[in-house]
Parts: sequence; C-alpha cells; structure tokens
Amino acid sequence: MSSRDTIFKAIRQGLGRGPLDDAARAKLDARIAEPPQHIRATVDDADLVARFAQRFESRSGTTERIASLADVPAAVAALAESYAIAPSAVVGTALGELAWPEGWQIDHGAATIDVMLGVSLAWRGIAETGSILMLSGPERPITHNFVPETHVVVLPVEHLVRHYEDCWVALREAGQGAPRAMNFISGPSRTGDVEQTIELGAHGPRRMHVLILG
Amino acid sequence: MEFRSPEFKTRAVHALHDANLQKALSNTKAGFVVKRAQAAAEMPEFEALRDTAAEIKNHVLANLDHYLEKYEAAVTAAGGHVHYATDAEDARRIILGICKKANAKRITKGKSMVSEEMSLNEALIGEGYEVVETDLGEYIIQLADEPPSHIIAPAIHKTKDQVADLFAAAHNKPRKTDRAALVAEAREVLREKYFTAEVGITGGNFLVAETGSSVIVTNEGNGDLTQTLAKVHIVTSGIERVIPTLDDLSVFLRILARSATGQETESYTTFSTGPRRPGDIDGPEEYHVVLLDNGRSKMLGSRFQDMLRCIRCGACMNHCPVYGSIGGHAYGWVYPGPMGSVLTPLIKGMDGTYDLPNACTLNGRCQSVCPVRIPLPDLLREIRHQQFRKDMTPKRQKQALKLWRYVAERPKLYHFAERIGVRILASMANGKGKLRSLPFDPGWTGARDLPAPTGRTFLELWQAKRGDK
Repeated sequence: MSSRDTIFKAIRQGLGRGPLDDAARAKLDARIAEPPQHIRATVDDADLVARFAQRFESRSGTTERIASLADVPAAVAALAESYAIAPSAVVGTALGELAWPEGWQIDHGAATIDVMLGVSLAWRGIAETGSILMLSGPERPITHNFVPETHVVVLPVEHLVRHYEDCWVALREAGQGAPRAMNFISGPSRTGDVEQTIELGAHGPRRMHVLILG
Repeated sequence: MEFRSPEFKTRAVHALHDANLQKALSNTKAGFVVKRAQAAAEMPEFEALRDTAAEIKNHVLANLDHYLEKYEAAVTAAGGHVHYATDAEDARRIILGICKKANAKRITKGKSMVSEEMSLNEALIGEGYEVVETDLGEYIIQLADEPPSHIIAPAIHKTKDQVADLFAAAHNKPRKTDRAALVAEAREVLREKYFTAEVGITGGNFLVAETGSSVIVTNEGNGDLTQTLAKVHIVTSGIERVIPTLDDLSVFLRILARSATGQETESYTTFSTGPRRPGDIDGPEEYHVVLLDNGRSKMLGSRFQDMLRCIRCGACMNHCPVYGSIGGHAYGWVYPGPMGSVLTPLIKGMDGTYDLPNACTLNGRCQSVCPVRIPLPDLLREIRHQQFRKDMTPKRQKQALKLWRYVAERPKLYHFAERIGVRILASMANGKGKLRSLPFDPGWTGARDLPAPTGRTFLELWQAKRGDK
C-alpha cells in the first residue's frame, strides 16, 4: 500500500467511517465555492488611507502621498538621494513606462544579488493591518519584493481595501486562480532573534516606502 | 532530531543552573507575554476569533480526508507535486530523492519544525549536502550545533555575547558585539547562500485547499528568499495543517501573530502555489509538498484529537511557568512546553517520555492563551491516566496516593492527621516561619523554602473565629 493510501485509511479509521458519500462531498465543495464569512476586525475608519499609513508606519515603514503615476520617478529619486542609494533600480513593468531622470539605470528583470533598490506596483493595500498584497507574474517579479535593500511600493488608493477578505473577492473576480506567489507585506524585514530585540533588515528590505497614489 | 526526553530531570536541573539560559528566559516573560496581552486587549473580536478558529479546525479534522484530496488536486493543477509520508523515515527518503534528482549541492532552509521531526538536516548532511538554516535564530543554533529551544524563537536561550562568539568563529571576521552589526553580518553571509542553493526547503503554516497554496508567516523574509531563489522548492508540513478557504485562513492570520509575538501581523505572509508560471522570470522551477503523518492520523477520533488544532504559535510555552524556568532543551525533543508535553508522548511513544506530562503544575495558563482553545491541562492529565493504567507511575508515588486517598475518604481521620501535621511542621520551623528542608521530600525544598504553618489548621482557625457550632 502506498503511503498515501495508508494515511487516508488511518484518517478514516480514526474518524470511524469510510470515504464520504457524494452528498457529503458536495456539501463540503459548496463550502469552498461559497466560503462562509467569519468575524473580522472592526475597521470603521472614515479615512482608510490614514489608517493604512498609521498602521504601516507603526512597523517602521514610511509612506508618502503622490498625485499621479508620473510622480513616481521623482519620489523614488528623492528617496534614493536621501539614503545615498545609487541611481539604479529594478522596476516591474506593471508600472508601465515611466520617465526616469537622466542617469538612472532601470532594469525590468529579476533582482540579482547586488540590486539595492526595487520599485513595484501593489495589487491591493489592506487598511485593517496596513499591509500591501503583492502578486507574482511576468510584470511583477517576486524577487523585487525581497532582494533589494530598499523597496518602494506604489499603492493606488482605489486598490486600498478594508480587510483581507476584500482581496479574496477581487482575486476570485479576476478568475485566474491564485498566482504562483502572493505576499502580504506589512513593513521592513525584521528579526527579534538576538535577545528579543527588534532589528530591521534581517534578510529582506531594510527600508520600505509606500507611495500612496491618488 | 535526537530524542533526549528520557533525560528530562537531569536536563531540567542543568537548565536551572545555567546562568545564560536563565538570563535569556527572563527576556521571554517581559517580551512575548506582555505583548500578547496588549495585542489581545486591543482587539475586541479576539475571543470570538479564537472560537471561530477552533470551530474551523474541528470542521477540517472531521473531514480531513476530503480537504486533503481537494488540496492535493489544487496543487497538482498548479503544476506542483504532493508527497505523503507516513513517518520521518518515509519523509527523509522522499526529500533525499528530490534533492538527488535536482543535482543539489547546497540546500537553504526556512524554519520548519516538521523538518526537525523528520531529523532532516542530519539526513541531508549525512548524504553530503551543505544545509544552511536561514532563519536568524535557526542559523545561530546551527552554528552552535544545538537543536531549537522554542518553536518560534529557536535561539531564545542565547545571549548576544554568545551569538557574537559563534559568528566570530564561523565567519572569520572581527568579533562584533553590536546587535545591528551581528544581524547585518548574518544578512551578508546568508545572501550568498540563497542565490547559490539548488533546493530551498520551508515549512507550511497553513495549506489552503481552495487554491492549493502553502502559506508561511515570517518576520525576516528568509523563507521567501529561500523558496524564491532556489530552483526547487520543497514544503514540509503536517497532514493536519490544511484549511478550506482563503476566508478561513484570514481568521488564523488575525490570531497567529497576536498569540505568538503580540504583533498585529508579521512582516510577511507568503502564499506559494506551484512552480513558476509561463512567462515568469523568477521563482522555483519545481514545487513539492511533503505531508507528514508521524502519528497524527492516530490522534483523530482519540481523546487527543483536539491537539491537532495546534497552529504552533508558541503561546502555551511562553506562558508556562515550567518552560519559563527550564527552557526548551530540557524537554529533549522537537516540541517543548505544554504542547510538546502532549505531542512528544503521542509521537515518540510513552517510553522515555514519562516526566513530560508530569512536569506540569496544571495551572492552566497555557489553555487560557491557546488561540485554538486546546484543553492542554486535560490532555496532559489524560496522558498521566494512561501512564497509570500502563503501570508506569513510580511505586512510591502510587503508595503515597493510595495512602492519601485512604485518609481523604475519612474526614475525621483526615482532620486528625492534619492537626498533627501542622503542629509538627510549626514546631520544626521553630518560629522562623519557614522550613529549609522537608524530611520526606527534600527535593521539594531543594530550591525553595516551605512557608511553615502557624500550628493550627484552617478549620480550627475558622471555628475559633466563627464560634464553634
């Protein structure tokens, strides 16, 4: 008997029954198709942007409001200058064609070990916890989120939702199933593994900056 | 991981006299305990979420076969592979096979307690692979050649100076004592490893049946780099970790971090669904999930089924006065503290684990903080019952209990014995108010004094105060 068969047999033996009948299976499948909605954290803030920013900043992230996508390069350049980061970045093509200032080197490929700055487009922002949701894809390389020391994320306000569950509704509506990778990111990388004292930049970005667009 | 639970008593004594460990453990109390209490207090829905989480887990366990089939089908549809392993040996065989096929030399690992259950590192290293733990805490203890002492903070027993010594010895760099410099040094060393590893192994906090996703929750981002940059990603998880839908998962995301570290959320919650897709320019080329049974299916339908709800947050050990005094290593296997004292006898067997459920004061703090409301004290008591039925209880303890029972069932005799007892103890204390050592149980007073009775029993005092009736 295969390990799989052994385990399934043991599970059913433990539960004191054979395989579920069709009716029982249909009921469980319906529970997946129409997921029951559970209790959530109350998010009654009138200003979701303010809540998002407050929560994100509470974990050492930074935020800034910009008016249009065209403002992204200047905002990124200003940030790079203030932290003395060289004018070079990996940028997901999901952000479209941006007019970068002269002297900037932009790469759309996967992030390599020496990349210091990444700029990405968020798929959703979640006001409840001040988190962003990134999806992977050819236009949104996942290495951009984790390899660079500084990560800048553009979050359009129309994509800021209240709860995690709002992301699932949007994902199901998109109808593509789950992408290879989805990441809720809630601030810079951190560790408390040395004497339970928080240090930023354990492995992922040391610095995270969200440009709230709109 | 080596099984050293039979040595619990000597290891516990050793731990109590380890000054570095005691210093490190005192940090836990101030850290995790206070932060969890704050996080719970700040969220009005927290208690209701715990109820819902327990209900979801119970629903899954009652239909575990179906949800595993659903999950497996979804992973397969996304191009991944699901492997079932009945025990640790089976799991090692599967993973060694995948690594061999991948022609691997270097393997990076994110934190996985299930892989500790498998004794995976030992097996991989034995086959000549270089294995690099990437969670900073796991990396530290790997350098120290020690097992984890806490399921979410594996190096909690190490002080900064000890970390500095380990890094100086391993990295061939000047010794640093600044915390930030130590973290930066590890970052630099491990970065190289992520980019050159052929296989990345992570755990799986949750498995979503709806999408076929494995979910990990981290603060460092090490698991993400491990699974993104290697050519082959292997997930190790337990068969009980499946969850029906993303909406069900959302409940657990709200309680896991709060219970574990007192955070509203960790920095990263990462979902992986199969290997890289057409057009993707990064991500692993192969995706495998190894689901370990190792005694879990036997818990279904037993008195211990509730234990399968566990989400491995570590709150029970953070709040356990025994864990707080002796740390995780004394328990001698993968899972320490209250949850470990239930799981170790169930997975490794009753032999050699006698002391674990007995090293519990039944104070109930673990149950009061468990996010999925596992009745840990009841389960520990149930293991004690089974030990008693198997005649494993020490003779002297049995005789003492029999004697106590005989007396307790006869109130007059009980009160008489009590009156004598308190008078003897009071005279032994000689007016000092405390006893430095007890004649029949010197162990009890080995590290503390017994407050001495005043010479009269509670009943006597009560009757005197109320006027005898």
